[in-house]
Amino acid sequence: MILPWFKADLHVHTCLSPCAELSLGPRAIVAHAAGRDLDVIGVCDHNSAENVPAVVRAARNSNVRVLPGMEVTSKEEVHLLAIFDRPEQALQLQAIVYQHLPGGNDPEAFGLQPVVDEDHEVLGFSERLLAGATDLAVEEVVADIHALDGLAIASHVDREAFGIFGQLGFIPDGLELDALELSPHTSPEEGRRRFAHYALPFLQFSDAHCLEEIGRTSTYFRIGEASTAEIRRALRGQQGRRVWLAEAAACAAAAERCRAG
Amino acid sequence: MTVRDIVERLELETLTGGEGLDREITGGYASDLLSDVMAHAEAGNVWVTLQTHRNIIAVATLKELTAVVLVNGRMADPDTRTAARQEQVPVLSCLLPAFELIGRMYQMGIRGHT
Repeated sequence: MILPWFKADLHVHTCLSPCAELSLGPRAIVAHAAGRDLDVIGVCDHNSAENVPAVVRAARNSNVRVLPGMEVTSKEEVHLLAIFDRPEQALQLQAIVYQHLPGGNDPEAFGLQPVVDEDHEVLGFSERLLAGATDLAVEEVVADIHALDGLAIASHVDREAFGIFGQLGFIPDGLELDALELSPHTSPEEGRRRFAHYALPFLQFSDAHCLEEIGRTSTYFRIGEASTAEIRRALRGQQGRRVWLAEAAACAAAAERCRAG
Repeated sequence: MTVRDIVERLELETLTGGEGLDREITGGYASDLLSDVMAHAEAGNVWVTLQTHRNIIAVATLKELTAVVLVNGRMADPDTRTAARQEQVPVLSCLLPAFELIGRMYQMGIRGHT
């Protein structure tokens, strides 16, 4: 049996992230993902999964599979993506993160943090400092993600701010990351060259903070179904599962479409 | 000026020390991005930071820094202390925030490179 390719963007923010645009409502996210021919998206807000259930519900009658997730800030201010199969797992991680996330949000300084339903109706506002850092070390964050059967991916490793190389200089020995994410600003070729030292697979997602950015870069997975177990096999090259990063030309074309709006 | 001199005059807590306390400080560097320290700190510098991850010891060793001073009363993670003892890197803790600590170090004659 020949496995299908799934086009994935596993790093998409919603309106809950204080730095993201308020137009990132659940149905709009799903519609834009479908418009970019994405088969799978990951919903990863900063230190919260409160909008994950709404996006999952919004995608019920679409061809887009939504993987619940979170972008956790470690105490070293390293961003780490957690990707799960079920909303409950993301909410369990959220319970841990909330115990270790000090501070309250100042909407004027950081932005509003609306919790919404699938129709983008505002249910309330998170008052936590989602833009802040947890007091969990990178090792603790990765262990917590793995204890919940999630994938742990270092976010935008090519960025100095909040990337693991910028914050910590290098990947600590024994840190069991599943993959490294490149931001849209670095081509897969350049990423592989800069970080050739590490025997970890590269992925590239959009880190979308507005609707137009969804799918601006993506990664293809040759897998049996859109699940973390299958993605894990692809990352390890097991059983015919594969990872393929969209070529730089495709990224440029996507960026062009994004600008054309 | 040795590491021991700044410990005494600035009332720093010695989390790890050993023979490293008698090393000569030839300058200072302050940054919380370890990549930046790897790029710009110079051998002999005392390094002021709020990062406590054990990677700070690897960076201090790589760059031949004389000591790491943690600010705001931060304490080194347990495995950071273990690594510091192995590598003989003095790790000191200071209750002051970075700006105030660095100002006092400057008054003592410690300079950054310009």
